[in-house]
Amino acid sequence: MFSAMLGEAWHAMGANRLRTFLTMLGMVIGVSAVVLMMAIGQGAEASVKRSISAMGSNLFVVLSGPPRVAGARSATGNAPSLNVKDADAIGELDDVIGVAPVTMGKSQIVYGSNNWNTDIIGTTPSYLDIRSWSLSAGYAFSDSDIRSATRVALIGNTVAQNIFGDDIDPVGKTIRINQSPFVILGVLGSKGQTLDGRDQDDTIIVPLTTAQRKLFGNQLPGSVRMIMVQAESDNVMTMVEESMNGLLNQRHNIREGADSDFSVRNLTAIANSAAETARTMSLLLGAIASVSLLVGGIGIMNIMLVSVTERTREIGIRMAIGARQRDILMQFLLEAIMISIVGCLIGIAIGVGGAVLVGIFTQAEIIISSDSVLIAFSVAASIGVFFGFYPARMAAQLNPIEALRYQ
Amino acid sequence: MQKSVIEVSGLFKEYQTAAGPFPVLKDVNLRIDNGDYVAIMGPSGSGKSTFMNILGCLDKPTKGKYILDGHAVATMEENAVAGVRNKTIGFVFQGFNLLARSSLLDNVALPLVYSRIEKTERHARAKVLLEKVGLGNHINSRPNQISGGQQQRVAIARALVNNPRLILADEPTGNLDSVTSEEIMTLFGQLNKEGITIVLVTHETDIAEHAKRQVRFLDGEIVQDTLTNGNISTNNVLSEAI
Repeated sequence: MFSAMLGEAWHAMGANRLRTFLTMLGMVIGVSAVVLMMAIGQGAEASVKRSISAMGSNLFVVLSGPPRVAGARSATGNAPSLNVKDADAIGELDDVIGVAPVTMGKSQIVYGSNNWNTDIIGTTPSYLDIRSWSLSAGYAFSDSDIRSATRVALIGNTVAQNIFGDDIDPVGKTIRINQSPFVILGVLGSKGQTLDGRDQDDTIIVPLTTAQRKLFGNQLPGSVRMIMVQAESDNVMTMVEESMNGLLNQRHNIREGADSDFSVRNLTAIANSAAETARTMSLLLGAIASVSLLVGGIGIMNIMLVSVTERTREIGIRMAIGARQRDILMQFLLEAIMISIVGCLIGIAIGVGGAVLVGIFTQAEIIISSDSVLIAFSVAASIGVFFGFYPARMAAQLNPIEALRYQ
Repeated sequence: MQKSVIEVSGLFKEYQTAAGPFPVLKDVNLRIDNGDYVAIMGPSGSGKSTFMNILGCLDKPTKGKYILDGHAVATMEENAVAGVRNKTIGFVFQGFNLLARSSLLDNVALPLVYSRIEKTERHARAKVLLEKVGLGNHINSRPNQISGGQQQRVAIARALVNNPRLILADEPTGNLDSVTSEEIMTLFGQLNKEGITIVLVTHETDIAEHAKRQVRFLDGEIVQDTLTNGNISTNNVLSEAI
């Protein structure tokens, strides 16, 4: 029975090919738009997420300052109000799994006849863990390098490219930073750009003590520009932030209500808002594409109504030889569903193909998830049922005599 | 098996028009026995087509009783009525009413689809009937590839495919020339000999001559009910009334 009806629905579709094709086209465009838009949206979301995880997860940065000079406040990071002992104290807090005091500056570096100006980060070995930064060659410096302030360095990919080129292995070579010789222990793995386009690989990492004593000097011994802090999980971020504020206010003798001489920033929150933006965009794209699915559904309903009118006599004949109302209903419903499902399959093929092409030509990241395909498919099938039901019911409720007399 | 296939008593049918109810059938009483062959005659507007539609369960009377094969049609629900149209009655129409897109085989097999019968059996039974009406070598043709007479044979095969007790034919020869008409009537005669009850509507007297019994309608009433050999019908309600 069912297979016979499927066969008939197939025949009916083939009876007026151009019309069936045009009806299907609405569905095809709708579904391919949904699949394509979701692929682009999810790709954008994923690339944002990757930037975030490159930065490190559940991160805070504690900045010194802002200093107040005669009532006017200056930029953060400019006062020597944080020091290594603050970092050690933060490391003792609950739910803090990593702390790295950081001091930084810019320096000219020289190797042979090449030179380059880059950021120098002075920090402890835990910095690499916190930022989940691995080495592509060599090894990292250790705590004993911190204690004895040795002249060793880890260099970023961009720096290595610029002063060594492709042919020379930087590991073991000696470069000059601010005239002082530094031995390169390792090359940092590539991290790419930050969300705001800064090249994270254009940097050199040296032991904190070396930077403080031998490169930049210090207003106060042991002071650092900032402290990077990693919390154990996303859930404890607020708690850790509060206890850090409390701890540092206490250590710095800041009275309640007075301005702090440091500020705590939640890097993850900033990054999450960027991810949120990408997600919203992907939802918006999907929503716009769904409108075309809806329009496609209305097209199916329109054609089914025409088809019922056109085939009124056929419906009368079928009723006269024993078709029940339910049989007629099923016949037209199946036809509508079949049009939408076939249209949907073609749409998925075009959408996936289009997404792959967009990926090739724009280099943008494209993600075709089985979810988006499944969603498009089930939405299309339900549209077939929804918009096919009214015409099918109209057909089923025709009066057999009037249907037979219909010319 | 019931002795009478059709029993109609006190049947009225009115159509609602702008000018008020318009009566089409006025107190029609008729009994048709199993194996009978009845021609219903009358001019246009006499109510004979409306009467056929009621007999075929395509239309409902305004008032009155219709017992088909022992069951009161008025009390049946919609699906049961569809079942009656499917199994008890075979329809033959003036315009053949075949599905243009389907092959002859599928056309004949169509009623079996609605009886939930498997495809192989559907096709086997349809093939047997197409052979019986002389179209065994055209089973894959489309209706527009064969002549009108052949199309009517296909329609008759379709009417027979579910082994109905009753064939209702509404002007079955109305679109055919006289030679072809004669062939179709021969086929009906043969079917009647096999025991199928036939009721046909016609306004041609020479067609009606093939039936065993002729019932004449005029203005919504039966005005004459005779056997073809001239005797007044034994089932004649009019004669009982006299």
